[in-house]
Amino acid sequence: MAGVQVEGLSRHYGEREALDGVSLSLSEGQTLVVFGPNGAGKTTLLRVLATLLRPHAGEVRVLGSSLPGDAWEVRGRIGLLGHEPLLYRELTARENLRFHARLHDVAAGRVEELLARVRLEHRADEPLRSLSRGMVQRVAVARAVLHDPELLLLDEPWANLDPAAVELVDPLIGAESDPARPRTRVICSHDPSGGLAEADVVLGLRDGRQALLRGAGDVSPEQIAELYR
Amino acid sequence: MRRTVGALLRKELLVELRTLESVPAMSLFAVTTFVVFHFALQRSSVDGDLAAGILWVTLLFAAILGINRLFVADADQGGFDAFLLAPVERTALLVAKALALLAYLVVLELVAVPAFALLLLGPPLGQAMPDLLGVLALGDLGVAAIGTLVAALAVRTRARDLLGPLLALPLLVPIVIGGARATSPLLALGHAGDPPGRWLLTLGLYDLVFGLIAYALFDFLLED
Repeated sequence: MAGVQVEGLSRHYGEREALDGVSLSLSEGQTLVVFGPNGAGKTTLLRVLATLLRPHAGEVRVLGSSLPGDAWEVRGRIGLLGHEPLLYRELTARENLRFHARLHDVAAGRVEELLARVRLEHRADEPLRSLSRGMVQRVAVARAVLHDPELLLLDEPWANLDPAAVELVDPLIGAESDPARPRTRVICSHDPSGGLAEADVVLGLRDGRQALLRGAGDVSPEQIAELYR
Repeated sequence: MRRTVGALLRKELLVELRTLESVPAMSLFAVTTFVVFHFALQRSSVDGDLAAGILWVTLLFAAILGINRLFVADADQGGFDAFLLAPVERTALLVAKALALLAYLVVLELVAVPAFALLLLGPPLGQAMPDLLGVLALGDLGVAAIGTLVAALAVRTRARDLLGPLLALPLLVPIVIGGARATSPLLALGHAGDPPGRWLLTLGLYDLVFGLIAYALFDFLLED
């Protein structure tokens, strides 16, 4: 079954086309890495796939459900890690994760497990506003994978993380966090070599249009660098 | 849905407890307004229609402060997106926010009504208190339903600070009219009688209608 199938997707904000005629197909368990300069439409694509934005033209199917009509079927099966952590600054990391756990009907034990895995148990009862950006990003990663989603949508997931933190979160957002159920992932990245290492399929966007769509083996870092020129 | 409402309400009250952004501002505004009325009217005490009008208009404007801030943390910190990604009924957010606003209004009135009695009101409140609480509760239900609806509509616009009051005030005026008319006999010298039944009925019907409108529209306000 296709994890993500997009045909002629367009989305605009007022007069500006954020996405224009984007098409792609991603099998379940595969990883799509999206490259493109700022404003190319990467975040908009993620938000459409996350059911947060409606497509204005084209067809979008996520985990077998057509969007936006059947969006309710896939909510709860998607994990989104965007630029914003989607966490309340005044609440502690533990309170934030417990709040999300209740929304997703996840046991409280999972919260403690994830706090341990991102090594934040000792700071888990401090308000989020008192944590560093890297720590907040680790909590955000824990939030995104809390309900063990089938589809992970990651917008520059390694932003603000030091090398040690990258090692902590990589197993959580990796394709094979659960070998019995490989995860479908869409990752936005600006790092050609790091992104290519994760990718099965590469999508290049420029000004909302599809500039590149190939298997990862057929793309070189130079071709990706070309997208930014 | 009860579990979701509980989680959302708990989060809402926790955030307010930590930030103290809404309730203290609402309460302080109400008390300050009573002080201003005290000097502006150049009267040591008021009663009847005037007292009821001052009380309800002050509560209305204080409520606007809370309504304006009701969804700000969610809009600014991604709470909307996080909620929309969860497999829960959208109505749970409406119920939780309305309950939170209701709680803010109750706390506001716990401060504002004694302050009003102390600073402005002529007749003693004791005898009128049970009926007054009933009228205030009917008004609060309407303010909570309309306030939540309007706040959800306004918060996603750039001019949310302006649009919220602009939309809320006309919709809340009938509550002020009904509330003031129902309260007037309670605050008259010598306690002129019970609240008129037709104004209580008007308030009740208004609450019901806007409760249903909010229920019907809220899902669409959250959609892109």
